[in-house]
Amino acid sequence: MSQSKFRIITNGILTDNPTFVQCIGLCPTLAVTTSVANGLGMGIAATFVLIASNMVISLLRKMVPDEVRIPIFIVVIAGFVTVIEFLMKGFAPELNKSLGIFIPLIVVNCIILARAEAFASKNGVFESALDGIGMGLGFTIALTFLGSIREIFGGGTWLGMPVISFEPAMLIVLAPGGFIILGCCMGAFRAIQARFRGIGATPAEAKTGCGCCAMAKFCNRDKDECEEAKA
Amino acid sequence: MTFTELVLLFISSIFVHNILLSRFLGCCPFMGVSSKLKTAQGMGAAVVFVIVLASLMTWLTYNYLLVPLHLEYLYTLSFILVIAALVQFVELALKKLNPVLYKSLGIFLPLITTNCAVLGVAVLNMNEGYGLAAALVNALGSSLGFLLAISLMAGIRERIEGNDGIPNSLRGLPMALITAGLMSIAFMGFTGIIK
Repeated sequence: MSQSKFRIITNGILTDNPTFVQCIGLCPTLAVTTSVANGLGMGIAATFVLIASNMVISLLRKMVPDEVRIPIFIVVIAGFVTVIEFLMKGFAPELNKSLGIFIPLIVVNCIILARAEAFASKNGVFESALDGIGMGLGFTIALTFLGSIREIFGGGTWLGMPVISFEPAMLIVLAPGGFIILGCCMGAFRAIQARFRGIGATPAEAKTGCGCCAMAKFCNRDKDECEEAKA
Repeated sequence: MTFTELVLLFISSIFVHNILLSRFLGCCPFMGVSSKLKTAQGMGAAVVFVIVLASLMTWLTYNYLLVPLHLEYLYTLSFILVIAALVQFVELALKKLNPVLYKSLGIFLPLITTNCAVLGVAVLNMNEGYGLAAALVNALGSSLGFLLAISLMAGIRERIEGNDGIPNSLRGLPMALITAGLMSIAFMGFTGIIK
């Protein structure tokens, strides 16, 4: 594999990590990381949809008229989400139950639509598949990492095995813990990034407003008004 | 459902099962457009409008189209299409009928199609097997909960913005997430008010 192809994969895992760097797809990240198994399951499901939809959209990219591309992308993604829902109902009914409505909600996960728009609609099938793998792995690793922290400190177990001797803090598994742990991890990730860039360098400022939205790149309607409202 | 049950559902969907702070639906706009109070309220109002309309449309689609045709498994696909079409339609209608309202809400409408709160409430209504009245009450309550949480969040963020005490790496989004966590703890206090 050539250097540039390899870089497409590492880009998703490190440089442009969807959770810690791009800060998109927050809802499933917060909701399903109550345990390692849930985080991993969600990551794998999203990776499957990401790779499959990236490949199909890349194949269709020359045929789809520009004006209707977003609805077409959404239909392709929704099709694959229906497939994964069937697969999970059949092969992992327990996991399907604990992930609940977040499986159908993969459709509106910004990571998938953002990759379709930013990468798959401009690159070849093979590169798009690699991008899907990289982004999917980055998302899966982030979810598994957060799930591990929350399960260990909130439930005292890791994948069901007891690991700590002290009393776990229930709050971490509950809703508030999701927000606080993700906030702390994001802060730590940025602090480490800043350290690598050189002591004293300010970490990248968090994107807010339109910059934070995955649709920002292709939401060209009323951009001036949008910027105005933001300011 | 009796009237009392509907009232309880309304209150619990605003406070106890707050869509943002306990169900984690719609976190992207919650973090993205909550730095100014005025913008947050505009977004919240647009969400209320769209969620109620979308719940009505998806409820009708599911019960009068998918169920009779035994195509229930296509719900994800049909709901997202109905919502996308509805948002486009609302945008056009607002532009034509009420330009003033369009100016304040219109800019948020394109963002709402891929907002998981809208699809999330539609799917929740379906999973719970709500009737039309219950579905609408749940939609209204959930979306008012969204408006409440995003307005509170924006109020807090306006005050902590530019505070020099916050470490560099926690500025912006990480701090907003921690704030949301603290708000979520406060909202857990409402758990006892029903049942």
